Parts: sequence; structure tokens; C-alpha cells
Amino acid sequence: MKKGKVWKYGDDVNTDVIFPGKYTYTLMEPSEMAKHALEALDPEFVLMVKPGDLIVAGKNFGCGSSREQAAACLKAAGVQAVIAKSFARIYFRNAINLGLPVLQSEEASDNLRAGDEVEIDFAGGTIMAGEKTYKFPPLPDSVIGILEAGGLIEYTKKKLQNQAKT
Amino acid sequence: MGETFSEKILGKKAGKTAKAGEVITVSPDYYLSHDNASAIIGEFKKLGVRAVKAPRKIVIILDHIVPAAAEKYAQNHKTIREFVAEQNIPNFFDIQHGVCHQVLSEASFALPGKVIMGSDSHTTTYGAFGAFSAGIGRTEVASIWATDEIWLRVPETLKIELSGKLGCGVSAKDVILKVIGDHGADRANYMAVEFTGSAARDFSLASRMVLANMSAEMGAKNGYFEPDDKTLEWLKKRARADYDIVTSDADAVYEAVLSYDVSGIEPQVACPHTVDNVKPVTAVEGKKFQQALIGTCTNGRLEDLEIAAKILKGKKIHPHVRALVLPASREVYLEALKKGILEVLSEAGCVILNPGCGPCLGAHEGILAPGEVVLSTSNRNFKGRMGSRDSEIFLASPATVAASALEGQITDPRKYP
Ligand code: SF4
Repeated sequence: MKKGKVWKYGDDVNTDVIFPGKYTYTLMEPSEMAKHALEALDPEFVLMVKPGDLIVAGKNFGCGSSREQAAACLKAAGVQAVIAKSFARIYFRNAINLGLPVLQSEEASDNLRAGDEVEIDFAGGTIMAGEKTYKFPPLPDSVIGILEAGGLIEYTKKKLQNQAKT
Repeated sequence: MGETFSEKILGKKAGKTAKAGEVITVSPDYYLSHDNASAIIGEFKKLGVRAVKAPRKIVIILDHIVPAAAEKYAQNHKTIREFVAEQNIPNFFDIQHGVCHQVLSEASFALPGKVIMGSDSHTTTYGAFGAFSAGIGRTEVASIWATDEIWLRVPETLKIELSGKLGCGVSAKDVILKVIGDHGADRANYMAVEFTGSAARDFSLASRMVLANMSAEMGAKNGYFEPDDKTLEWLKKRARADYDIVTSDADAVYEAVLSYDVSGIEPQVACPHTVDNVKPVTAVEGKKFQQALIGTCTNGRLEDLEIAAKILKGKKIHPHVRALVLPASREVYLEALKKGILEVLSEAGCVILNPGCGPCLGAHEGILAPGEVVLSTSNRNFKGRMGSRDSEIFLASPATVAASALEGQITDPRKYP
């Protein structure tokens, strides 16, 4: 995996600041959604974010509404992964099922700073930042498969096609 | 080191040890959907397969807007019926049965040790029977229909230990509101909540369902009660499949233990617009309201209607209040009918609705106008849920709602012993 730069935020980043409710029925394309990612929290983000960057946050990331766009917009903005102390339950599933890796690490969340260069080994469950490494519960092959396919629908579709061939 | 119930059952299903925090893949025993099955059918069709993989595991219960309140709902129901016929799905419950969580339990899919996934957040309810059950998104249900598989993160477990005896006029609803009020709507985020202790064992299965149902309002993935003699008694009459009683080890590791002596708990009310905005009834007494709702998947069972009937017998609902009664299922409706409970409620001036979700989600049967207030036994009071964004929802127990409906304002039910 390539290196990315850290964007650092606090606790309880809710789905309204990730993707404002007023756009939920007007913007249907992920590329359009990306233009408003984190708008209400950090207007710099959409202007400066580079593909491969990471978000590092505190506890309960993605709390609030169950809107899937709050995961889709970050993925479309090029975010490689979100690292947090914890995720709201529905956000966690939505993110993975839409192909956005969400990694839980208390230590990384405490120690990583805005601008740090970070590399992630998904299968090994490590986050590498300079000399330091942080562990997260490794994601199993099936979940990595969903992330690599770009989400659950694509993943399932491919899996079923392969099953049909064999 | 010992394992929690969730670790054990998910480990059994995955064929390996499953520690909290790990992600595993399992084949669930049943997967529930309701009126949203029509949206799921849409996602399913994108997958490019003709047939669902395990039709016997699919349970579809029409309950949210039944009978159809408008043409678009009628079309949804029709799409679902056609799909059910085409795919030979045997476990389909059309509009006459009641709320999905009650019907699924009565029809005995909710069995100890089963893994049940549902496209409804209150799928946590079946923990009352010792099942592992959690809510998921629609896209995921579509994928399960095609593959019979789902990935799950094994949850940590929060233990809630309940001791003591409930006071008069206090019920399971007050206990769970008190816990949510004290600890917040995200306290159990992503966790299993295990209810234990003598007071948990004292609860009837219907009351256990109240706590398991509302554990979703603490963010929980699933709720759980250890099956006991009461569970076995219920299963004796109903179980139509094998089950497996799975319990937490004595040395299992918990995220935390919260202890409550329920004898100190007063009747509680959740005030607008979050479920954790909880106050004792004495702090909100006198608040006027226009609609009362007794029922839903949270408090629409026989014991709930019985409590309400006891308070309302021979009296009249306040003239400024519209009181709606929503039995959770046809089975409950019939029992209440035979016992004369519906007669008492109707004589008091209640409107008896057909079993289903009705006004709980604000789609039909009792929508609120701007400025109106409802006092309800349901589980969610988010802004605008039951109608206008400028209406207010207060949540309470059936006793509190019944007593309050007589007075036209929030009233302490202990006045009506
Ligand atoms: S009764 Fe209310 S909470 Fe229960 S399933 Fe229906 S809409 Fe959801």
C-alpha cells in the first residue's frame, strides 16, 4: 500500500459533518459527493486532500444517521482508510460494504498527528508511521476481498460469477 | 480464559474461536426483512443471479405500512409477493400477522443459539430468547440472499446486572429507559449487552423483549438473556427447530459491568428528541399531549395491554387525547380479545388499530400535526419520526401512558395502583 498523509480530527465526528443531510437526496454521484466531504468540519479538506490520504479520529466516528453517503464521499475523495478509536456500528459496516477501510486503534489515534506519513499493511494488521508501528485487529481475507472489490455488491457479484464458472 | 455468549455462538458458527474484535464470516440461521424487502429485491437483482441461495432461511413479514396506505406501498407489497412466489420462499407473512419482531418470535424462529440477521435495527429483540440477532443494511440482506453468508465483527460484551424487586407501577420499560438515560445512546456501541441478575430472571419473556429491543437504542449490536425455565416453557409450546442453549462462561471477559438495584427505579420518561434524554416521571408531570400510543414491538404484548386495561377499566380517556392501541401481533390481538381487554380499552375510548407498526414510524394511522405532542410506548423519539418535524415524542411505559391518557397530561402511574 502506498503512503498517505494524516488528517486528524477529534471524537464523535458525526455523519452530518462528514456529509451534510441537505445533499442526501440531491447528489447521487460519488464524485459529486466527494466535493462536500467533511465540509462542515474542515473546509480545507476537499481542497487539499490527495488520493491515499488517511483520516485519524477519536471515538465514535460516523455517529448519527445511517446514510451510506458519509462513507461513499470519503472513499470518492481518495481517502485510503479511516483510523479511529471506535466507529459507530452502522458506519463501520457501511464503510466496509462500500469499500472504505476502517481501522480501530486507540494507540494510533492517540499518537498520529496531522501531516504524518503513514503506510498500512491490511493483511498484517499494522499501521506504520516512520519508526513507529501500531497494531489493529487484522481484517480477514473475506473483508479485505470486499474492500478490494470496491464494495459488497461488486464483491458478491464477482464471487457468484466465479462460483458459476467452477 | 472464558468466552462470552457472543464469542461462543459466533465461534461455533464460524468453526473457529472468535474473540471480541475479530471479524468472522458466518452463515446465519435466518434473515428477516419487512416492507423494505422490495428495496432489497432491487439490490438483489443487481447481483446477476436468478435464485436466492437458501429460500427457507428468508423470513419476510409485512408490517410497516399495512394494509397499504397508498399506491406506492401497495406496489411494494405486490413486488414482494411476486418475488416470494417466484423464489418459493416459504416463510412469508402477509399483512395480517403483526410487527415483524413479535411475529418472528411467536413463529419460533427466535430460538436459543440461533444467528439471526435482519434489515431492521430492532432485530436485537431475539436476544430475549438467547439468540444472537443484529440489524444490518439492505444491501447486506441482498448479498445474504445470494450467498447465505455475512461478515461480522465479534462484539465485546457489556453486562447489565439487575437486582432487587420492581416497585408498583414500574416495569421493564422504566428500567431500560433509566439505563439509557444514565449511560447515553452510544454506551453499548457495537457491543453485545447481556442482562443478568435476579431481576432479569424475574422478568417475563415479554418484558425481556422490551430490554433486548431497546438495547438498540444504546447502540448495541445485540442483546441477550440467558435462557432459563421460562424460556424453555415458552419453547415447549413453539420450538419447531432444534436449538442450542449457549451461555457465557463464568470467567468471560466483559467490557464493563453496570449494576442496578431495580427497586430504586421510578417510572421514567424519555423526552424529545433523543432516547437518552430521560427524566423521572415526576419531573415532567403535567406536560399536556394530544395523542397516546400503547403498543408497537416494544410494548404491544398481552402483559402491556393488560396493564393499560387495568388502569383504564370503567374510566374514560381525557377528551383532549386520542388514544391509539396497537397490539404487536394477531396472536396478541386475539388473546386480548378473548380476555375482554380490547373491550375495556375500546369502552374507555381507545382506537384499536390492526397489528403492525402503524403510527410508530409516522407513515400512516395517526400522524402528528405541527405543535402536537405524543406520549408513546414505542422505542424512538427522533425529531419528526411520527409526523411533523415540529411535533414532540415522549416515551414511557404502558402504565404511564394509560394513566396519563386519563388525565390528558403526563401523570405518575403510581397514582393508579
Ligand atoms: S413497531 Fe416501530 S420500532 Fe418496531 S419494527 Fe415497527 S416501526 Fe420499527
